[in-house]
Amino acid sequence: MNDNLKIADKEFSSRLFTGTGKFSSNSLMSEALIASESELITVALKRVDIDNEEDKMLQSILRPNIHLLPNTSGVRNAKEAVFAAQLAREAIETHWIKLEIHPDPKYLLPDPIETLKAAEALVKLGFVVMPYIHADPVLCKRLEEVGAQCVMPLGAPIGTNKGIKTVDFLEIIIEQSNVPVIVDAGIGSPSHAAYAMELGADAVLVNTAIAVSQNPIQMAKAFKMAVQAGRMAYNAKLATVKKHAEASSPLTSFLQ
Amino acid sequence: MNKTFQSTFDTYNWDETLKSIHSKTTQDVAYALSKNKRDLEDFKALISPAAAPFLEDMAQLSMASTKKRFGNTIQMYVPMYLSNECQNICTYCGFSMTNKIPRRTLTDAEILKEITFIKSKGYDHILLVTGEANKTVGVPYIKHAMELIKNQFSNITIEVQPLDQDEYEELIKAELYAVLVYQETYHRDEYKKHHPKGKKSNFNYRLETPDRLGKAGVHKIGLGALFGLEDWRADSFFTALHLKYLQKTYWKTKYSISFPRLRPHSGGLEPKVEMTDKHLVQTICAFRLLDEDVELSMSTRESATFRNNIVHLGITSLSAESKTNPGGYAVDPQTLEQFEISDERSTEEIAHMLTNSGLEPVWKDWSNNWN
Repeated sequence: MNDNLKIADKEFSSRLFTGTGKFSSNSLMSEALIASESELITVALKRVDIDNEEDKMLQSILRPNIHLLPNTSGVRNAKEAVFAAQLAREAIETHWIKLEIHPDPKYLLPDPIETLKAAEALVKLGFVVMPYIHADPVLCKRLEEVGAQCVMPLGAPIGTNKGIKTVDFLEIIIEQSNVPVIVDAGIGSPSHAAYAMELGADAVLVNTAIAVSQNPIQMAKAFKMAVQAGRMAYNAKLATVKKHAEASSPLTSFLQ
Repeated sequence: MNKTFQSTFDTYNWDETLKSIHSKTTQDVAYALSKNKRDLEDFKALISPAAAPFLEDMAQLSMASTKKRFGNTIQMYVPMYLSNECQNICTYCGFSMTNKIPRRTLTDAEILKEITFIKSKGYDHILLVTGEANKTVGVPYIKHAMELIKNQFSNITIEVQPLDQDEYEELIKAELYAVLVYQETYHRDEYKKHHPKGKKSNFNYRLETPDRLGKAGVHKIGLGALFGLEDWRADSFFTALHLKYLQKTYWKTKYSISFPRLRPHSGGLEPKVEMTDKHLVQTICAFRLLDEDVELSMSTRESATFRNNIVHLGITSLSAESKTNPGGYAVDPQTLEQFEISDERSTEEIAHMLTNSGLEPVWKDWSNNWN
């Protein structure tokens, strides 16, 4: 059975999306990305030399079946984000954009007001908008209404590796969403990724946990497997958690 | 918002602060190291003499914290001195007004010649440096220099005389990214001794410069003290106090800390309080343990050996092959430098050192045309 993830007009067989920051070299990054089997890879526009067609980082990522997702990391408001997205569209020739607006450079927490404004403007300009946001169920619905093709709520502050700290809100978002929900930020171990997938997230985005591990290639594989296992478990319908023991031979079994 | 750092700063007494740092115990250090979030009292413990036996623990934690937040990367930048004209007397500086040296301010053609050399080395983040000569090297000159080079660099930082808020706003519109402004020392009386003449002698105006920058909305502010002018422990504490105040007040701004130590130069000032290599490592690690996100920068003042090792212990940005004289790269390498550099390796050698150490030198990490 085909269990591909569809976002806008594209299908992805892998539900692990990856990032490109923090690696110790482009070659190691390239090998780790290959090992992850990720088909959607995000790259910070500010790291790309858009005037250079031979940009080393981009060259390390580009392969057949890889979809490049430029992100607007570094912008502080909607106006800058829209401009950055247009630059990216011109330079990288994609109308997909990962919308990141975090005016606070310390914790990189997303600005919900500017994000909503930018998402609306970018959708009107023909972009496929993938907004990085706090795990706010109402904001997710608002983004859906303005035409965002998915939502990317955080599991924990970006880069912290703390795991899924926003579980109560992610559950609501997953329950209510009509667009794919991609848990982005805070995922620090394969078990976190598996957990997010078991919750019913459509995909996860992982960067730091792979890039700064002792063995990024092996860690990328581990994440790939964890995402697959988590998705499989979700599809298999997890047994429910109960407060009381349930005897295998119930006391009322004599009743017909 | 008229409050500035001065109102916070004035509630502190230098001697009492130093006494408080020296009163920290082994238990205070162990407690600071055991915490996930550390405050300024923890910072005092980490820069205290009691922390000396814990240096390896601090280094290990600092390395892990830096790696988690910044990954295996080091941001590369290069300084370009535009002018050595200066109306200030500073006891420690080669550009000091009383030093009889040939003065030079780069022309357009000379600036372009310099950046041709710098670009050939791969740099995309540049730091423009001047002395303080407002008539010849004022805002119009700085702005013009920025306009001249901004298409060649993604990220422009300046280290020039303190300016007014509206002047910073003007430069930010011209795509200025960051400003470095070092207090030199937070000790008022010593500051006066080292800056007897010129606009720089105004301690408060300099102290409030980051406030004006924060209000102007600059992307990044760089802080620091010139270690050696006064007690490095107290100056480190006041730098940290300044950082924490700014982070709370101007929350959209990024911050960086630099760690210049007095070096031999034509003025010949010897450090009043020596900061050894161990002390410097302790200070760098203490800043990282205080703040996981602050950028920590290391110039070529330090030796090659020291820099080879410190890049793993908290440092996030590095300059290389620096010339500290106007025209030093290509125009007139013979003019007097502001201070002697210690690590004289080429950019390529530094990049290889980083790569061989498992770190990626990052040349571009900004786009200056979004705003």
